[in-house]
Amino acid sequence: MNSTMQNKVVVIPCSGIGKALGTVGREATYEVVENMRKDVTETICLALLVSGDEESVQLVQHNKCITVDGCPLQCAEKNVRIAGGDLAASLRVVDALRENRGLKPKSVAFLDSDGQQLTRAVAEKIASKVDAILGA
Amino acid sequence: MVDLPQKMVGLISCSGEGCVEGTISRIATLLVLEKLRPAQTVTICLPLFLAGGKEERAFAKFYPTITVDGCEKLCAKIGTERYSGKPASSIVVTDLNGNQNCSTTGSKRKLDDQAIALTEKVAERIAQEVDEVLNHWK
Repeated sequence: MNSTMQNKVVVIPCSGIGKALGTVGREATYEVVENMRKDVTETICLALLVSGDEESVQLVQHNKCITVDGCPLQCAEKNVRIAGGDLAASLRVVDALRENRGLKPKSVAFLDSDGQQLTRAVAEKIASKVDAILGA
Repeated sequence: MVDLPQKMVGLISCSGEGCVEGTISRIATLLVLEKLRPAQTVTICLPLFLAGGKEERAFAKFYPTITVDGCEKLCAKIGTERYSGKPASSIVVTDLNGNQNCSTTGSKRKLDDQAIALTEKVAERIAQEVDEVLNHWK
């Protein structure tokens, strides 16, 4: 990880363990950083950032960040702000769920069909934000 | 967090977005929570815990915890020790993987057969530790 990398967007999901929407946020983040926008995005461990890891702090302070939170506690957004990160956008999986009312993701460890569909919807939102930030 | 029975063990997994071992620690924790020891365990969101979640920290002060870390940075163990107390047990995925370093290349979410086998091994180890903790609970 290079904290001085330029023109990359750091996408940071909440850990959201124990909740399906947390898994959706995490999976959507991976879909973006590994497939949809893999050359212009990166992700980091939120817990490492919260622990004060200097490299992680530098990374969020010197690059545009998008947070992806599963629940209204918004741990990712709050902790990026606390770290002094350059927060360009904040997404909530629960908002995407409201826009896709037919979906009811339940399983946590491995997403069910509804969870996978919601993941794609959230990933599209993240990718759209990345494009807007980078002026694509 | 739900109302808790008398004997319960808290599982605190690292979030581990940055490496596949983080995914392994998370899924292994969920396997224990959902399948292996569902009646004896609860889980705690580590960033919420680290950021000052009062219920999470109170739980970890009064109930035994098992931390599950993906790599040697030990975010879950160090954070638990700093804010609540020494965990009853600490598991590190890379320790169970022949002390190999955390992977930073390849997919962090798609587990191959080797990673799935390691995940099951980690889950079994967590379940054993849960049993140990509950057996020694005074």
